Amino acid sequence: MSKTNAAKPANALKEKRKINGNTLLLLITIVLFVLLYLLGFLLANLGVIGNGFTRFQTFLNILINNAGLICVACGMTCVMLTGGIDISVGSLIALDCMFLAWGMAQGINAIVMCLLVLLIGLVFGLVQGFCVGYLDIQPFIVTMAGMFFGRGMTAVISTDQLSITAETSQLFYDWANAKILLPEFLGYVNNKGKLQVPYIRVGVLVALVVLILIFLMLRYTKFGRSLYAVGGSEQSASMMGLDVKRTKLKAYVLSSFLCSVGGICFCLNTMSGSVSQATGLEMSAISSAVIGGTLLTGGVGNVIGSFFGVLINGTISSIIQFQGKLASSWPNILTAILLCFFIVLQSIFAKIKERNK
Amino acid sequence: MKNKLAKFTKQQLFLPVVCVLLVLAVNMIYDISQGNPFYNFFQISLTNGVLQGRLVNILNRGSEVAILAIGMTLVVSASAGTDISVGSVMSLCASFCCMLVAGYGVSSVADASEFAMPLIVGLLGALVMGCICGAFNGALVAYLDIQPMVATLILWSAARAIGLLLCNNLIVYVRVPEFAVYGGYIGPVPTPLIIAAICVVVVSVVLKKTAMGMYIQSVGINKRSSRIAGLNSRRIIFLCYLICGLCAGIAGIVNASRITSADSNNIGLNMELDAILAVALGGNSLGGGKFNLAGSIIGAYTIQAITTTMYNLGVSTAVNPVFKAVIVIAIVAIQSRPLQNAVRKLRSRGKEVQA
Repeated sequence: MSKTNAAKPANALKEKRKINGNTLLLLITIVLFVLLYLLGFLLANLGVIGNGFTRFQTFLNILINNAGLICVACGMTCVMLTGGIDISVGSLIALDCMFLAWGMAQGINAIVMCLLVLLIGLVFGLVQGFCVGYLDIQPFIVTMAGMFFGRGMTAVISTDQLSITAETSQLFYDWANAKILLPEFLGYVNNKGKLQVPYIRVGVLVALVVLILIFLMLRYTKFGRSLYAVGGSEQSASMMGLDVKRTKLKAYVLSSFLCSVGGICFCLNTMSGSVSQATGLEMSAISSAVIGGTLLTGGVGNVIGSFFGVLINGTISSIIQFQGKLASSWPNILTAILLCFFIVLQSIFAKIKERNK
Repeated sequence: MKNKLAKFTKQQLFLPVVCVLLVLAVNMIYDISQGNPFYNFFQISLTNGVLQGRLVNILNRGSEVAILAIGMTLVVSASAGTDISVGSVMSLCASFCCMLVAGYGVSSVADASEFAMPLIVGLLGALVMGCICGAFNGALVAYLDIQPMVATLILWSAARAIGLLLCNNLIVYVRVPEFAVYGGYIGPVPTPLIIAAICVVVVSVVLKKTAMGMYIQSVGINKRSSRIAGLNSRRIIFLCYLICGLCAGIAGIVNASRITSADSNNIGLNMELDAILAVALGGNSLGGGKFNLAGSIIGAYTIQAITTTMYNLGVSTAVNPVFKAVIVIAIVAIQSRPLQNAVRKLRSRGKEVQA
């Protein structure tokens, strides 16, 4: 964190205050997540929502359901650090899933298909990154075009819903159904007297590995630091001798690549491809990052925050699911209220910072 | 001659007009290749007492985007950011209107005598709802200094959901001629076109007759110096968002009336992208500052023309976005400075070789 503002010459005192503000946002996010989860426990004990919420497996299910989103949010955070935005991720995931489903229906090996999907992500990111970095077009416009393109190409492959079954690809089917069991003491005994051992799926492992790698990359590598520098101030970054264009290009390539990784995780959950898949996922990723304390102006943020942002979103929808009676639109509204809370909080912090200058 | 050409290509309206001409050319070539007369595209006929034809169709269908583009142009100009909530707000306003008219929880109204409230209350309610949403966005952007995209992200995700709640998760049908007229025809002319025209005229008269237009541009060019010059920058930005919300309300009513129902999940879906695209197509910089309302309107109808042309060429609805994406990238790439610089460099090198 301390190097975050390396691009801006500031005296040590100001720097210290800034760090506090940013870590405070992250802290608030984590505290909020814990509070929200405790609220879920409370509601479950009061009988407002189903008792299942208190099980450890529920938490793991949130992870399982959002494995793809975690990968996407990591990439989104990297792009947002440079001051950009990537709204093409939702349709890229749809394209990935459709391509996977189509390819396996043709009898192509699952590993080959996954590699091809990752290649699609790289090429997609390369084109977008070139337009943003070297042609200097607004990121929103470029990725909006990417969004249209991805959705359209999905329809070019097929407008029907294709599903992946054991017959089309045994290997992929095995991956999707593989349970990674956790130690037994975390389990519980169900009403039939059987011990239920909590488990996670392959996607969660992938997502966690991605999360740790990106966290380390942002903190310790030259590329990670230059992302912060470019987002802090492009001009200062280029004066320091950083290749701003190249850094931006790399950020978009990384985002689309991670999105493709997320797409595979997503496909492991849904086991199908359809045109309307993952609509609005880009906004979930952006709101997760914003809730986690990443600023859209760039230069400030952390993947750990985004991770907790995803968890908060997941917990809200999980609580609503366990309630069972509330309309499906409530998660959207609650997320929006949370988003509003965090955005206003960020702006208040920014105002205080400005006043202290 | 060359100078004149250069001057002409630098005009702000050059790009949108060229786009329109290109679309027309594609249509004509297609018509000729199909053995139809080349003026097929412009043919307007009077069937069943209403105007029909491809051109009328485009003008009719493109009206919602045109109305949205008015508000979006002002927002982009004043705050250098986009309002991505307009599509959702449209849906919310449509739902609110139909909910007021039909009563909560009622899924279908077939006759005016079944109205829970007079139609005018519903329409005004929708407009007020649009203004409230616009004011919410405006307050966040203008008074709390939040980036426009983030501030409008809140309503982007919430407005549609609130609309669904208002309608009790139903699609509310209001199959009443009094309501359907706003998306139908007055005499032989499509009403959406008339409404869009009225909006354009009112807004442009206000912008021209008062100093509002200049204020907005000056705030967009430099917020700080406008404030020092004595303008209330915050209030002007706030007003722009308010107008944008109002436009979304109007577009919502038109769209709901067109399909005589409030389908919260589909009204205004991805419409915000079309509206932003219209502004960009119209030669307006998305970085704020100077704007050209006429350009945005032409841009809006160009988008619809492209869509309709695609349908005519037999491209399926789902594949349509691919072409849209390619067109968007092509347009913005032509406008991008690095590419223009590169072309200029190439040209001057060519001259040196000739010399």
